[in-house]
Amino acid sequence: MLDFLIKNRGQIASLTLEHLWLVGIAIAIAVIIGIPLGILVSRSPSLRKPILGGTNVLQTIPSLALFGILLPAPWLGARADRLAIAALVLYALLPIVRNTYTGIMAVDPAVKEAAIGMGMTDGELLTRVELPLSVPFMLAGIRIATVTAVGVATIAAAVGAGGLGELIFRGVAMVNNQLILAGALPAALLAIVADLVLGAIENRLRVPQR
Amino acid sequence: MSTADQSSKSSPVIEFREVGYHHGDQRLLLDISFSVLDGETLVLLGRSGAGKTTSLKLINRLLTPTHGEVNVRGRSTTSWDPISLRRSIGWVIQESGLFPHYSVADNIAVVPRLEQWAEDRINSRVSELMQLVGLEPSLRTRYPHQLSGGQRQRVGVARALAADPGILLMDEPFGALDPLTRAELQKESLALQRRLRKTVVMVTHDLHEALLLGTRIALFDSGRLIGVFSTREFATSQDERVREFVNPFREALSL
Repeated sequence: MLDFLIKNRGQIASLTLEHLWLVGIAIAIAVIIGIPLGILVSRSPSLRKPILGGTNVLQTIPSLALFGILLPAPWLGARADRLAIAALVLYALLPIVRNTYTGIMAVDPAVKEAAIGMGMTDGELLTRVELPLSVPFMLAGIRIATVTAVGVATIAAAVGAGGLGELIFRGVAMVNNQLILAGALPAALLAIVADLVLGAIENRLRVPQR
Repeated sequence: MSTADQSSKSSPVIEFREVGYHHGDQRLLLDISFSVLDGETLVLLGRSGAGKTTSLKLINRLLTPTHGEVNVRGRSTTSWDPISLRRSIGWVIQESGLFPHYSVADNIAVVPRLEQWAEDRINSRVSELMQLVGLEPSLRTRYPHQLSGGQRQRVGVARALAADPGILLMDEPFGALDPLTRAELQKESLALQRRLRKTVVMVTHDLHEALLLGTRIALFDSGRLIGVFSTREFATSQDERVREFVNPFREALSL
């Protein structure tokens, strides 16, 4: 097994990078969309249900089906990596939106009232108090989204987007356990490392509480 | 001194005119009228739920009256821009409501920063205030969770005083402290008030605190104002509802 991994290290390394690239781009886009959505949800109760519900529904679609649904989409379906990234973004939204919202809601009402009573505008309340205090929650959401995305991204090989899933699918087709593991082990390792790194960042940024 | 001088000196800074406040079906305040004079400390006294804190929040427009109006410096709170109204009023709350992610210095500097003071002016103001409220300069970089209850409350007072507001609102400022620390802070607060001469409205349910710190006492009961008394009047009043409030304390003291 080890021999096999060493022999194919070049290919495994390049597929791992490809995997990382898919996940990285997808999470970055999900953060850029998800955090403002989370803020929006915290500000407007009427948007809460549709947005949280919508991201919830996305999460329940099986990943293979999601890739299939997106395939006929005009611009997205044209390239496999675009398609894969779009699907990963949709999956990553729920934890990021929900945790941003939860973090803002978890700010002590007394602290919020103090901020308003001292004359902060809504924008100042958000940027100076609510968002800084929500950072650990947002990071936790990004962490869950990232670990999930590393797993889901293995399915991206089904639409030809590459990544470690390629080895897994090839191994399944050829009934070759070594090949399956050559894809699955680095993917699992990637998920664990991402979890540890983001967890460490989360701990460092945690706001000291009593 | 001419009578004109007298009246302008004691003109009301805050005035409640037949104020009612309802929240849904709950009538939290009913037909309240009183004024707070320049430089005095008016204590709002009463049991929990009597409407003291509600009254306080009507002054800086955290709440707006359902009936009547609250005037601050001659203008109804509803005609003030709420942001500039609040920045001109210091606000001290129980458990201090400090920002947990800000250091002591940053907590004190909140309003000056909102008002975009220059950074060196903020720095010297923070030092000045920390000295004023008796905080060691070494505490500057500490966070609220690293402070004792008494220190947190001092930071809360310094924060409220930061932009030198003429009016100070205090909502049970010493409520969460142990008796010794509370007594110490009450004494310092009295000395501070003698120096600064702010117009103070303070909520408490502690009669001792009211008599010690107040110029006058407004007694509340179930959303109604029973009356406003000088501290001397209050202690000796024959009014049944006042005695009802004073007697338990008297009995406790004569044990």
